[in-house]
Amino acid sequence: MQAQTRRPTRLFRNLSAKIASIPMILTALVIFAGGTIWTVVYSFTNSRLLPRLNFVGIEQYERLWSSTRWMISIQNLFIYGICMLIFSLVIGFILAALLDQKIRFENTFRSIFLYPFALSFIVTGLVWQWLLNPDFGLQQVVRDLGWTSFSFDPLYNTNIVIFGILIAALWQGTGLVMCLMLAGLRGIDEDIWKAARVDGIPMWKTYIFIVIPMMRGVLITSLVLIASGIVKVYDLVVAQTGGGPGIASEVPAKYVYDMMFQAQNLGQGFAASTMMLLSVLIVLIPWAYLEFGRRRHG
Amino acid sequence: MRYGLLTAAFAASVAFTTASHATELEVTHWWTSGGEAAGVAEFARAFEEAGHTWIDGAIAGGGPTARSVFVSRLLGGDPMGATQFNHGRQAEELVEAGLFRDLTEIAEEDGWRDIVNPPSLLDGCTLDGRIYCAPINIHSWQWLWLSNQAFEDAGVDVPTNWDEFVEAAPALREAGKVPLALGSQSWQAAGLFQVLMVGLGGPDVFNQVYGDKDAEFSAGEEVARVFAAADDAREMSRGSNAVEWQQATNLVISGDAGGQIMGDWAQGDFQAAGLVAGDDYSCLPGLGVHDVIATGGDAFYFPVLDDAEKSDAQLELARIMLSPETQVAFNLKKGSLPVRGDVDLEAANDCMKKGLEILAAGNTVPAVEQVLSQDTVTQINDLMTEFFNSEMTAEDAQAQFATIISQAD
Amino acid sequence: MADIRTAATAAETDPTTAGWNGARSEPYGPRPRRIVSRRNIVVYGTLFVVAVYYLLPLYVMVVTSLKGMPEIRFGNIFAPPVEITFEPWVKAWAEACTGLNCDGLSRGFWNSVRITVPSVIASIAIASINGYALANWRFKGADTFFTILIIGAFIPYQVMLYPIVILLREMGLYGSIWGLVMVHSIFGMPILTLLFRNYFSSIPVELFKAARVDGAGFWGIYFKIMLPMSLPIFVVALIIQVTGIWNDFLFGVVYGRPDTYPMTVQLNNIVNSVQGVREYNVNMAATLLTGLVPLIIYFISGKLFVRGIAAGAVKG
Repeated sequence: MQAQTRRPTRLFRNLSAKIASIPMILTALVIFAGGTIWTVVYSFTNSRLLPRLNFVGIEQYERLWSSTRWMISIQNLFIYGICMLIFSLVIGFILAALLDQKIRFENTFRSIFLYPFALSFIVTGLVWQWLLNPDFGLQQVVRDLGWTSFSFDPLYNTNIVIFGILIAALWQGTGLVMCLMLAGLRGIDEDIWKAARVDGIPMWKTYIFIVIPMMRGVLITSLVLIASGIVKVYDLVVAQTGGGPGIASEVPAKYVYDMMFQAQNLGQGFAASTMMLLSVLIVLIPWAYLEFGRRRHG
Repeated sequence: MRYGLLTAAFAASVAFTTASHATELEVTHWWTSGGEAAGVAEFARAFEEAGHTWIDGAIAGGGPTARSVFVSRLLGGDPMGATQFNHGRQAEELVEAGLFRDLTEIAEEDGWRDIVNPPSLLDGCTLDGRIYCAPINIHSWQWLWLSNQAFEDAGVDVPTNWDEFVEAAPALREAGKVPLALGSQSWQAAGLFQVLMVGLGGPDVFNQVYGDKDAEFSAGEEVARVFAAADDAREMSRGSNAVEWQQATNLVISGDAGGQIMGDWAQGDFQAAGLVAGDDYSCLPGLGVHDVIATGGDAFYFPVLDDAEKSDAQLELARIMLSPETQVAFNLKKGSLPVRGDVDLEAANDCMKKGLEILAAGNTVPAVEQVLSQDTVTQINDLMTEFFNSEMTAEDAQAQFATIISQAD
Repeated sequence: MADIRTAATAAETDPTTAGWNGARSEPYGPRPRRIVSRRNIVVYGTLFVVAVYYLLPLYVMVVTSLKGMPEIRFGNIFAPPVEITFEPWVKAWAEACTGLNCDGLSRGFWNSVRITVPSVIASIAIASINGYALANWRFKGADTFFTILIIGAFIPYQVMLYPIVILLREMGLYGSIWGLVMVHSIFGMPILTLLFRNYFSSIPVELFKAARVDGAGFWGIYFKIMLPMSLPIFVVALIIQVTGIWNDFLFGVVYGRPDTYPMTVQLNNIVNSVQGVREYNVNMAATLLTGLVPLIIYFISGKLFVRGIAAGAVKG
């Protein structure tokens, strides 16, 4: 199909595709590319409340990398990101596979798993802040049941606070991943299952070796969706811990936001967001190359 | 198509209302909780009595969110009629960019220099000798709120100053209480530290550190004493398990904590819970050591508008906000102190009266936000919250603090 | 065995062409044999346990929203209300104040509808056409634009606030609903385009080729073939966009005007007010009320999920 588009006779008909893509092209060039360049340029200035072109070299970056808070933010993002990626994909897929077993009440279960997505992060954070409060949340309830030495207070323990946020994030986000996976599973041909059954291949093998490779598109979409959510995680942390205890649960997006609007130091915020973007590029460019490079040859 | 019609109908209705009230003014602010909104209502009432229409542009979500909206509106070429900022340097750049009106004329006519107390409030509005904002209230941080119940349970007297409080801490612990409730958000830890600085060090120490930004002095002995007290406070606050300041205040209200250091806005929570100042809870301004309060608070700025009628209404609003009647009505509702020394707040409760006395005696220091840029304030917040939630030594913290002060602008 | 091997290899080498003979009309997996079997115990048992984890916070929210403040202040969060009160719900909907406007969430409700409906339609329409063009009509440079778009998905929104303020000002759209629709379409574009592109790529190319032979053009194929076959993915897109736009606070408040503020501005005030007493019961009621619209969409979409699969019967 890709080869066909290169034929000159296709040029004319491709015109509608090009016209239809104008919004995308404009968005990519003006907003994302333009906005990014703008941000990078201003990250070399000492802009405070208003963007001003008063260049100070790499001063903002020096300060960024000497900041304890920024280092902790990155470390947190790393731990949170890896766990979030693995758990959302695995849980999302397992839930979708379970729902795809021709079960009763499929609609009810799907709605139950999906409903947290309808609630804003701010509320998610608040509710889980309660549930995880050692004095009146889950810990106290278990203790009241008789297990008095039970201890579960992730939000007040510097070492594991990021996992407290992870629990809430998974609760909010896995439903959507499940939905995506389910759409993918429903798109898989009936004959594959029939053939697998006839051949006596165990179900889990069919899933892992046949079905999952066929869901590549949906998996990539989920991956980008989860990953972009991870990089941008902000509201949840603000609502659940406020970055605390201390600065133990700070994340980069919060650093950017706080620098821009609380510290009124746009330059520092832009420098931090430039660093975030740079790390995204390092991961994404090889992927894009592989993805598009391979397709062109295939 | 349907939406087109809807929008058209909507636009028409807006156009109609604009035509019927020639001088309506949109006022943006971030006062959204009960007492705050009641205070704003007083401004609006007074303004509408003068024959104008107040369009309320409340933005919830706290100062930073609201300020990003205000700046966007100003940059987007859609300025409001008047807008709130905190006292101090938050709006500095917007003034420099020529986005706000010069109020010097009416300020001189009405003698703001003479009536505004403390005069430093007006300095925060002044750039190159011109006045660009109207200060409207004072909020102070320097309060130690104590639960009488908690001390009774622990079998000790309610302390009358910081040192007694520290001495009572072991007894409180023994009674199963947290001596000092503290929320985990960074501004709370930093606020506590600033209060220790003013309350224990006194105004001189405060001014030398924050006013003169004397890094050497900040690394010295007198400030070391403040850090030692912060170390005590850290020990006393262990086990608070609170995030928001309201949760910490609740611990004091329920008697599960001995006390909390928090601004005068905490009083609203004590009152809402039906507690009486003096009987159920006590308040120690300046930690009972130095009777000094800082004069933070809010001010209004007026963007430059093309519309002549609206511009006149802006000046009128500025006057109304500073008039004695509005000052009393607004501040009673808001729970803050008036910026005029010549008004009488009879309805104020015990704690508020203590504040007024201190104000009248002139025992004030500027708020941290007035002397430091937001950038430096945030750096101190980060340092303090790290200190209060880790095992960092007081010496290390002080060294880092001195570095921040040396770079402050 | 041979069959499945071929299918599997085909799937691994070229996922875009393998495995699509139209969607199925019912869920898959082995057919259930008995009602009580080990498999059923595992499946339903797991689903049930997970459902409890998902429902627990909802339970706490509902219970809290029905309590009075004194009960919340000193009570257990899991305890059912001693005295049920609907006051928090009434307050959240009709009485809570944002500044001087004391009409609760109801004030912004229609603004939210007015923003959400065109934004959802515009963003999904644009993104599905983008995805379709990228999957089936690729032109030179398309991949580059698409890569930029995907990278854009990772930029924190806040960073783009001021550049977009300036852009909207120059276009004369600042403060209008159409400016907001544009902003939502822009920020929804990366993920949605990716979603549609990947889904359309998995539709077998034979279908597309056959339609080309019949003389169908760009729009003809989009409406006659792609749309009817893609209901489940449109439902996913709808879920993402309705939720995202309905719950959006930042864009609504930064690019809107007080008379067009969505109801999240009130919600945010109720939930987020930093000074004064926090009314947790009203918070929870307000949250549940705000969440109702997306929730209703989810329930309706559940039916579409099933129906969309039946519609896939157009297979060739």
